[in-house]
Amino acid sequence: MSVCEGKTFRYSNASIISYGSVAGSVESEGPFGDEFDEIIKDNKGSAQTWEQAEALFQQKALKHAMDKANLVPEKMDLVFAGDLLNQCIGSSCGLKDYYIPFFGIFGACSTFAEGLILAGAMVNAGYVDNAAAVTSSHYSSAERQFRFPLNYGGVRTPTAQWTATAAGAAIISASQKPPFIKAATVGKIEDMGITDANNMGAAMSGAAYDTISRHLKHMSSHPEDYDAIITGDLGEVGSNMLYELFKRDGISIEQHHKDCGLMIYDREKQDVHAGGSGCGCSASMMCGHFLKHVENGDLKRILYVATGALMSPTIVQQGESIPGVAHAVEITYK
Amino acid sequence: MNISNQEYGRIVKRVSPPSSMTKTIPMAFVVGGAICVLGEALLNMYGAIGFSQDNAGAMTSLTLIFLSALLTGLKLYDRIAQHAGAGTLVPITGFANSVVSPALEFKSEGYVLGLGAKMFIIAGPVLVYGISASIIYGVIYYIQTLL
Repeated sequence: MSVCEGKTFRYSNASIISYGSVAGSVESEGPFGDEFDEIIKDNKGSAQTWEQAEALFQQKALKHAMDKANLVPEKMDLVFAGDLLNQCIGSSCGLKDYYIPFFGIFGACSTFAEGLILAGAMVNAGYVDNAAAVTSSHYSSAERQFRFPLNYGGVRTPTAQWTATAAGAAIISASQKPPFIKAATVGKIEDMGITDANNMGAAMSGAAYDTISRHLKHMSSHPEDYDAIITGDLGEVGSNMLYELFKRDGISIEQHHKDCGLMIYDREKQDVHAGGSGCGCSASMMCGHFLKHVENGDLKRILYVATGALMSPTIVQQGESIPGVAHAVEITYK
Repeated sequence: MNISNQEYGRIVKRVSPPSSMTKTIPMAFVVGGAICVLGEALLNMYGAIGFSQDNAGAMTSLTLIFLSALLTGLKLYDRIAQHAGAGTLVPITGFANSVVSPALEFKSEGYVLGLGAKMFIIAGPVLVYGISASIIYGVIYYIQTLL
């Protein structure tokens, strides 16, 4: 059987000129709490509902990114944004007052990489001068849509992940300043037959393995060529699955692998089970932490692989399995 | 993918940590037991202040439901439940929590389509099948008395 290999895009003229991040209270108490641009301690800010709160997070994340680049909404050409809520209302409600040409995108927790790839491509092709990628997730709005009411006393399983209350925004433009978007591999939908909605890491790791493998192959590179291979939110189970899958090929990626879901919280002290998840998890970790280190040259070459579990509560209740997808973006200092 | 879903599933099973039963079962026993002790104490107290046995039982249930609803509203019930597990889920307090928590959660969608419509999303199945089972039991019991 022949397998679709896909393509790895090469970018020659796309740089992440600015980025902003906003996080909530639990995230602020995590190990990277002081690296985010803004913390909204009560997770709500001036919003009345959790959905509006998530919208506010996106609005603020993009504002921080625009302010850092001395840009105003009128000077923005395009924005790609997405979140986990039905109809991506976190994005449409959060960004509506900016009046920036808008594409709503959905890739579950892989959305931020999807946004970077698309925004980078539009800039690289010369269609626009700048384009933003924005994503968010919110623990409280995700819980009520996907699981149970916040104050319900149900117990999570050890494989369950904690949706991050956070947002990240990056603005891409043609510039000679790092971090540069160098290459990207678009993920395929991989359905590994996982039906447990409390084990998202397992549902996504197959997709991560496939995308990373293809990217390395197309770039003729090896895991050790990267300062870090950063997966979005595989969590503990998904990360271990990823190691197992690469082990079958005789490749060891543990030394070079980092997972935003495992990093964003202090899993010893915070009751987050298998780690963090949500579009905002890897977006805020990239925009709050990693991109800074690529910009100043601490990290020369990273592979950011955002992973998404394309989960719908309806199909899970109907007994269907949860497909996963993962998009890879190679970001470099030079 | 160069791996079958069956084999993938086997590896997932291996790397997924199970619930720690040495921790969860004793916690459920202790907290669930404590709630029952509280229930007994309330029953004796209501009996001592002059309630009949039936009424004292009803008052005990009402008090536990009230306490559970209050703790849910104060955002404390789910925190206790994270450690207590089935200990807080199984007694009547868990049922009260499962009604009050969606009522609070979905109030933002209005009193009719939010609170009213979604109040029983968790407790609903328990009511449907609990009441159905009691009707079937009642019919069997009635037929038995005729024989």
